[in-house]
Amino acid sequence: MNMNATFIGQIIWFAIFVWFCMKFVWPPISAALDERKQKISDGLSAADRANRDLELAQEKAGEDLREAKAKAAEIIEQANRRANQVIEDAKGQARTEGERLIAQAQSEIEREINSAREQLRSEVAALALAGAEKVLATEVNPAAHKQMLDQLAAEL
Amino acid sequence: MAADTPTGYIKHHLTNLTYGKVPEGTPVCDAHGDLTGETIQQASWILARCDEQVDAMGFMAFHVDSLAWSGLMGTIFVLVAAMVARRAHAGVPAGMLNSVEMVVEFVDTSVRDSFHGKSKLIAPLAMTIFCWIFIMSSIKLLPVDTASAIAAALGLGYMKIVPTVDPNITLAMSFSVLGLVIAFSIMSKGVGGFFGELAFHPFEAQGITKFLLVPVNLILEVVALLAKPVSLGLRLFGNMFAGEFVFILLAAMMGYWQFVGSVPWAIFHLLVIPLQSFIFMILTIVYLSMASEQH
Repeated sequence: MNMNATFIGQIIWFAIFVWFCMKFVWPPISAALDERKQKISDGLSAADRANRDLELAQEKAGEDLREAKAKAAEIIEQANRRANQVIEDAKGQARTEGERLIAQAQSEIEREINSAREQLRSEVAALALAGAEKVLATEVNPAAHKQMLDQLAAEL
Repeated sequence: MAADTPTGYIKHHLTNLTYGKVPEGTPVCDAHGDLTGETIQQASWILARCDEQVDAMGFMAFHVDSLAWSGLMGTIFVLVAAMVARRAHAGVPAGMLNSVEMVVEFVDTSVRDSFHGKSKLIAPLAMTIFCWIFIMSSIKLLPVDTASAIAAALGLGYMKIVPTVDPNITLAMSFSVLGLVIAFSIMSKGVGGFFGELAFHPFEAQGITKFLLVPVNLILEVVALLAKPVSLGLRLFGNMFAGEFVFILLAAMMGYWQFVGSVPWAIFHLLVIPLQSFIFMILTIVYLSMASEQH
């Protein structure tokens, strides 16, 4: 084992390499590692946040859906109610219209009957006269028997 | 000399390429490492060609191969890591960025587990230690004669390519850690606190006895302090040396049939190398964390 000045040479090498490593190797790599660690932890927390957001969104979507369903049910019910009402209204209207038409028709009929009766009444005298004429074979003076004829017509 | 006997082969493979200052009177060797019988007239800096010259150099010598290979591996590590780091981004990682980030995360977790203070230095320090030792030790998975082939190609007598098999390298790193331990201690406890810790523990007393115990405490604590880097460096060196030694033995004894033994041994070392790198790194973190703890 011969110790000699190699010892000193190696100490110099050692100092140079340690200094170099401390200056140019360690800091950039360690900085990169730290930065990556930071990035990963940021990414993880972002993922967590996104998960939480997703949960909230799903919850909100469910709630919205429920609300929408309730609203839809309400609207349908309202519509049903409204339709029933419309139908009822229409029925009522139709009924009154029908009644009105019936009444109108009846009054028309009555009028027709009355007018027919009037006409008949006006013609009955002539008919009676013609009949009597035939029966008597003589001319009957309508003027002479007008009172009797009128009485007859009135009885009609 | 060199590689014709098993002993020579092993010795040759365990000798570093050494550049150092030889004093006058050192024997001269020829290109094969054999002594020529002459001596060097004037002290000078040369590449050692034989053990006699290495021995004569003493402390004033550099293991050129260890320094070059550790420097090369360290450079490869920091350049690749810096290139990846420049393009690091917070998006989806791919390819090299993935693997570098894996190492960074692994080191960062280890540091966070053991070190409770705040320091900009400790994490990159741990990463450098782990990766660098890992890469340096991994060279040993190459067949042992790769080194000789490289040496021959470069026209050099010796070449030991695994830097962590050189105690200079491992101890230099562990004593650098000791320096940092002392610096961390002084930064967190002050100079007085640091020396107080050395002088007034583990035997505590009141009054004059306190100062009488200082020498005992100093001896104990200084030994304890020095034991840390010594054990740290020698553990790595011992493990790597033992591994390398077995590879060389297998190569020396079995020649081309070495793979029968060296492949399983290399597979075993696939475990040992990361483990030893990890131990070195973790102990560094632990020592520094102990140093910066407040009492």
